[in-house]
Amino acid sequence: MSSYDVAIIGAGISGSAIARELSKYELNTVVIEAEDDVASGTTKANTAIVHAGYDAVPGSWKARMNLVGSRMYEMLCADLDVPYHRTGTLVVALERDQAPLLEELRERGEVNGVEGLELLDKGRLLEMEPNINPEALGALYASTGAYTCPWEMSIALMENAVENGTELLLGEKVLDIEEEGGHFGLVLKDRTIRSKYVVNAAGLSADKVASMVGDPGFRIAPRRGEYWLFDKNTEGLVTRPVFTAPTPLSKGVVITPTADGNIMAGPNAENIDDPSDVSTTQQGLDKVWNDAVKLVPSLPRRSAITNFAGLRAAASPQADFVIGPMQGHFGFFNTAGIESPGLTAAPAIAAALTGMLKDAGLALEKKRSWKPKRKGLVHFAGLSRQEQDRLVMEDHRYGHVICRCETVTEAEIIEALRRPVPCRTMDGLKRRTRLGAGRCQSGFCSPRALGIVARELGVTVDSISKNGDGSFYVTGLLDGAEGGGLDD
Amino acid sequence: MTELIADVVVIGAGPAGLAAAIKAKQEGAARVMVLERDRELGGILQQCIHNGFGLHLFGTELTGPEYAFRFIDEALKEGVEFMLDTMVLEIGADRTIIALNENRGMFRIGAGAVVLAMGCRERNRGAVTIPGTRPAGVFTAGAAQRLVNMEGYMPGKKVVILGSGDIGLIMARRMTWEGAKVEAVLEILPFPSGLTRNLVQCLNDQGIPLHLGNTVVKVHGLRRVEGVTAAKVDEKLRPIPGTEWFIPCDTLLLSIGLIPENELSRMAGVRIDPVTGGPVVTDDMETSVKGIFACGNVVHVHDLVDNVTMESRIAGEGAAKAATGRIARGGSVNTLAGENIRYVVPHRLGLKNSSERDTTLYMRVVKPVEKVRVEVVSEGRLLHSKSERVLKPAEMLVLKLPKGKLEGLGDGKEVEFRINAD
Repeated sequence: MSSYDVAIIGAGISGSAIARELSKYELNTVVIEAEDDVASGTTKANTAIVHAGYDAVPGSWKARMNLVGSRMYEMLCADLDVPYHRTGTLVVALERDQAPLLEELRERGEVNGVEGLELLDKGRLLEMEPNINPEALGALYASTGAYTCPWEMSIALMENAVENGTELLLGEKVLDIEEEGGHFGLVLKDRTIRSKYVVNAAGLSADKVASMVGDPGFRIAPRRGEYWLFDKNTEGLVTRPVFTAPTPLSKGVVITPTADGNIMAGPNAENIDDPSDVSTTQQGLDKVWNDAVKLVPSLPRRSAITNFAGLRAAASPQADFVIGPMQGHFGFFNTAGIESPGLTAAPAIAAALTGMLKDAGLALEKKRSWKPKRKGLVHFAGLSRQEQDRLVMEDHRYGHVICRCETVTEAEIIEALRRPVPCRTMDGLKRRTRLGAGRCQSGFCSPRALGIVARELGVTVDSISKNGDGSFYVTGLLDGAEGGGLDD
Repeated sequence: MTELIADVVVIGAGPAGLAAAIKAKQEGAARVMVLERDRELGGILQQCIHNGFGLHLFGTELTGPEYAFRFIDEALKEGVEFMLDTMVLEIGADRTIIALNENRGMFRIGAGAVVLAMGCRERNRGAVTIPGTRPAGVFTAGAAQRLVNMEGYMPGKKVVILGSGDIGLIMARRMTWEGAKVEAVLEILPFPSGLTRNLVQCLNDQGIPLHLGNTVVKVHGLRRVEGVTAAKVDEKLRPIPGTEWFIPCDTLLLSIGLIPENELSRMAGVRIDPVTGGPVVTDDMETSVKGIFACGNVVHVHDLVDNVTMESRIAGEGAAKAATGRIARGGSVNTLAGENIRYVVPHRLGLKNSSERDTTLYMRVVKPVEKVRVEVVSEGRLLHSKSERVLKPAEMLVLKLPKGKLEGLGDGKEVEFRINAD
């Protein structure tokens, strides 16, 4: 039986951050992820904002972790080669009764320790963001706000952890947990893993996982948010994340640039029962659309290239992050209810949790060979013509463009398949390379890309999935057709 | 970066690019170079293995590859140069092109004239906002066609098709022949979007039901499509609550329209018509940027390849003349889409050209009409008219304006095209 010091359940942003933090020490750590890729749950569909920290209730986990996390982000992104754009963020008051809210947010932010908050009048606001509704009354500007790329961050953290010796099991679901004499036995499909400490970072399943040990004292109440994504031809419509004034359920709808140069609008907030229901709805999309065009009236509907929904893994009844040891089950720790601002808070949560593990007796001996830096994939499209020219000279496969909308080359696809965190699904490939993420949404490139993946991995095309388990692209060959050949 | 020089550079080796390149060569352009991003010549024709191509031009029904081959063969004989698997990254208003392939790496071409022939792409799910989950098994009809006809793979076995565009209809039959069950074709409009012959041969003859005035309101299935919810729509095309019905399926094909692919055109500063989604062109198929021409589906979406070929020959001729300094750019009039006409291409007609040759104009009606007259009017004067028995949005209206009809009109005047009851 494999035996570990720490087992982390879940490879979303929290699990990845904790894995990377623990990889600094001489520990035997394993991460167990039910899906075929990291960042496959809540992490893959969120607003990508590094929040300044003005909205959480003072003194809450959310407020504390947000502030600390926000301060860690810039350096972390530099170390891990992850996009980070510190543009500041805006909350805009569109109606008279929203104006006092801005003042309230500013005061709360100051109590939370957030620096660089400033109330702007309409003139200053429109100077900064000329496409905002000219009827806006003013805004709260948070200069420490930024935006990043959530799955890139999660992939980067996990790649760095793996490079530093962490073991990652993908497509392995924890079916049960047994407590036995100071150890836990994590029951997988065809084996059991032994670990001294367990960190539950299972996102939307965190309550189910905790229940395997005892009464968790919280429940995950999924709250769905829907988004619109716009063509890159909308770039510059807003130059920083711009929020509408908040409601009791959410921070308000945001229109934001993405790290890849698109514009995104969303999310709404809707409590739902099914933690797997990431379907969009006409009402939800209409709601986001209506709120968004109030904020930016020139938002072009015909430039929408896709829409999607994500689930916030909110904890109930706490309405706060649940971070810490589970009472009566020594060695079992929860990081649950990591809804917004979870992306921002993740590095702080990882540091806090590592401290708690230490307090619980985990020996933290620094790894002398620990490598803090990780180099990301080459993104051909983002390079200068000169750099592109040089790359093609070095490797001719950079001259073979597969995804025409996003200019993704064969060399990038091959690299994505060979990274420290193995990419095995087409969605995973999309998140790593942007293949199929553009305006044609993979209509042209998917047949070519399937061929390359099949060739590189030595598998048949009908075994390649969109996102694991049953999400096959094709049902098989035509009668009498011969396989292969897609990548000729 | 290698530097190359050509008289005419054609971007795209589909039917438009091939016809333009051949014509440019025949009209005296010494070096004609075609850049194609895919691995074969012929463009989308290569995946259209059904017949029906070339009826107007050759008087016989060819398959797509057969139609393409005639032009590939001719182009090679004419000495047109081709580069495959080559991606154009950039076009400047000065007709400098930066492109990339595996053999040459990145290279720059200075072109005497450029022909834009990039074709179009399919509208996808995001463009029409179909709510629901995002599983595998949702394809545009053209992507599915490529998988089946060129790669030999089945996209699925139980199929619903949204949209009655021609590619969707063709794929309904194709999937049926390959053993799939096509449960339904849904069309949001009250009338079909495809050619009549395709409705008959691809749906009726196969026993596939077409549901007009219906659309997909939800996609089901977390990993792979498990079904769709369809619903009737009202006259404003909004789903009517209470009319929903569930269709179990593992595949949803979308045939919901085509979008001219003009990202490169915009980069070159070419003016785009918001109605067609393609460049504004003259009757030489020249865009708003001198020396840059455009033809085929990049200008406006055609339903017959024969028309693409004819339009592209004009572009090829214009490009050759521009590259060799022989193009006449004199006074012109502007075309205007009038009553029940969605658009008219070309947008500008040269007065000198129209006194010397017949001009072909392409139009689409907004809604179906019967027994009408197409009228060409300027300043209250009827210049030309033609009777038509039936006009449908799905079938392009082709009007030949005989030479001399614009005689007496001044530079910059408007010529309106409209439909009148006969």
